[in-house]
Amino acid sequence: MDKSEALALGLSAVLLLVFFVAIIYASTARGIDVPTCITDPDPFQRGQLIEHAEDRYEVQMIAQMWSFQPRRIEIPAGSQLDIYLRAADILHGFKIEGTNINMMAVPGSINYMQLTFDEPGTYPLICHEYCGVGHHNMRGEIVVTES
Amino acid sequence: MNFDTLELSKSMRRLLLLLLILPMALLVMGVYGGLMQALFRAGIVTSDPFVGGEYYRGLTLHGVINALVFTTFFAVAFGHAVITKTLNKALNERWAWTSGILMIVGTVMTALTIFAGRADVLYTFYPPLQADFFFYLGLVLVVVGSWIAFFTWIPPYLEWRRENPGTKTPLAAVGIFVTFIVWFIASIAVAVEIIVLIMPWVLGWVDGINAMLARTLFWMFGHPLVYFWLLPVYVMYYTMLPRLAGGKLYSDTAGRLVFFMFIVFSIPVGTHHQLMDPGISSEWKLIQGFFTFMVALPSLITAFTLAASLEYAGRKRGGKGLFGWMFKLPYFDTSRWLFAYFITGLILFIFGGISGIINASYQMNAVVHNTAWLPGHFHMTVAGPVILGMLGMSLYMVAKLTGKKIRMKKMVLAVPYVYSVGLLMMSWGLMRGGLQGMPRRTNTGLTYSNPDSALYRADWQLFTDVVVVGASIMFLAMVVYFVAFFLTLVYRRAEEPSMSFGWTESVHESPTPVRWLHNFRPWVIVALVLIFVTYAPVMYDVTTSNYGTSPRYGPDSPAPRVSPSPQSEDLPPPSSSDAEAGDERAERLDLLIE
Repeated sequence: MDKSEALALGLSAVLLLVFFVAIIYASTARGIDVPTCITDPDPFQRGQLIEHAEDRYEVQMIAQMWSFQPRRIEIPAGSQLDIYLRAADILHGFKIEGTNINMMAVPGSINYMQLTFDEPGTYPLICHEYCGVGHHNMRGEIVVTES
Repeated sequence: MNFDTLELSKSMRRLLLLLLILPMALLVMGVYGGLMQALFRAGIVTSDPFVGGEYYRGLTLHGVINALVFTTFFAVAFGHAVITKTLNKALNERWAWTSGILMIVGTVMTALTIFAGRADVLYTFYPPLQADFFFYLGLVLVVVGSWIAFFTWIPPYLEWRRENPGTKTPLAAVGIFVTFIVWFIASIAVAVEIIVLIMPWVLGWVDGINAMLARTLFWMFGHPLVYFWLLPVYVMYYTMLPRLAGGKLYSDTAGRLVFFMFIVFSIPVGTHHQLMDPGISSEWKLIQGFFTFMVALPSLITAFTLAASLEYAGRKRGGKGLFGWMFKLPYFDTSRWLFAYFITGLILFIFGGISGIINASYQMNAVVHNTAWLPGHFHMTVAGPVILGMLGMSLYMVAKLTGKKIRMKKMVLAVPYVYSVGLLMMSWGLMRGGLQGMPRRTNTGLTYSNPDSALYRADWQLFTDVVVVGASIMFLAMVVYFVAFFLTLVYRRAEEPSMSFGWTESVHESPTPVRWLHNFRPWVIVALVLIFVTYAPVMYDVTTSNYGTSPRYGPDSPAPRVSPSPQSEDLPPPSSSDAEAGDERAERLDLLIE
């Protein structure tokens, strides 16, 4: 391998390393992470919104052909929302637009993400995994009201 | 050394033609399906003559034909030719035909189930969505057929090694073997998914399936699959492109290193398709994310080596200055028309590669996962360098194998450029829309792109419209290509059929084999160890953190299928053995009625 080639290889490796370090930084120092494996979730069977405190909510979201349950939830601005996602039948997707909440709902497992909603407004919530003939109708929303 | 002197037998020529022409005929359908997807998504059409209003059936066809069938057939035909020519050894024709026939039977079987509307499950066929038994059986036959093709190349290669001690294996043969080593190891995962998990469940021998395990096995196959698409095109880039450009390959050793790196890093990466999945610990996702960056390395080396080779060619053709060589390359030379198919693919792959690294970047995946960004990305890889290389090489091989002159050469030369402009527009529309939250795999035409729907999204309309324009341009280019391809076939033979590739020479090459780049075995062993280390914890997670298994579902009903027959749409019996599941099902049905 000649000199310029070794240099190109080295620079490519350094570039990828920088990217990877950025990922580690975002995950550890900034706490931006991907969903992980939950081995002991509270068993839940129906979709519901639970208010734990004034600014602390939990939603148990059921994704099913072809709707989210609950379909619409309302929380005040500044609330922290814990989202537990469960698929009742087949695979579904769950993305809250304009946020980093993006999850797969897979039957047999519980998915979890958390977000604090500071900006009031209506956040569309869309199923983005093919789930049969009604997939394009599967939509919900999260309404964040002025606190 | 007698290199590239052996002519293909008549029977092998026939087999290769069959393997190239049959999927090309199917691709006409697949490409039409692609255009229809764009029109459906924008709400311009809501039904077409082939699939009616079933957008998802068209999408299944488009994915299965374009991404699975066309690519696999091409890789096998190209592999047969490259191995025969580079090793100068005839293959076992009986086994080669057996492989071809299995693949054809499998393809017909799978295609029929899709056309019959019994497999609207998309090409990823995630359980617990269930397709017809023969959909899966057809896929298994295609995969097993391709394995047999691979096996026919091993005995001649071992013989060649015995006869040529101390000689380097021709680079093209290295590339083809790497392609099929990756394919073989990876497709074991999907074979296990289909044969062990899905088939007994579809037949009703078992009641439930672990959806998470099936999905994990699919992606253990699904990501290496993209390298199975890409590697035959890398073989063309390394062993044919430099000479077509009027130069030499910059470094033969770099080529070997790149191919061997793909054996090691192609497979322990599949979990990056599941970054947003439950049931897998984030640490294991991060580890596979690391190896995904490692597998980007050989592509970055390739970018350097090919750019250096093209610069060498451009300077030889009189290019001056830092960038002058770029303008001296034979972009519009009809006698080197194949160059156009390679260079456009390479340019598209820059964008495909960058967007791929974004997708693989762990938490950044949350921004793009399953949005329209994803098809925007992978059309610049699989529908970019992969398809362009395969289209160019298919036409080249068919002309050589039949001894016919290529018709409409100027049009053939224009196709990749026009196609690429369309592709860039389409991908821009999809990616930009994806960043605004537009989902992939969704018949947006009925809701999000439909002004009469309550779900209408005016802010996405621009993007779906740009996708329509881009897809129409691509479609137009493909129509021209198909006309030229089939016109070439119907004309009278111009010369004796003779298969030959214009193999390239290298600027830098070690005359004797580099020891660690001479044998496949150590690389395969390292690959197997890495697969075990990265996948054992993932498999542990998805098999243990699971709360029960899933029954069979059809795409048309929220109630599980009672009998294994996909046609059955009965509701479940009122008395379920599992009371809890029964309540839940009833509740769900109530919601639907409401």
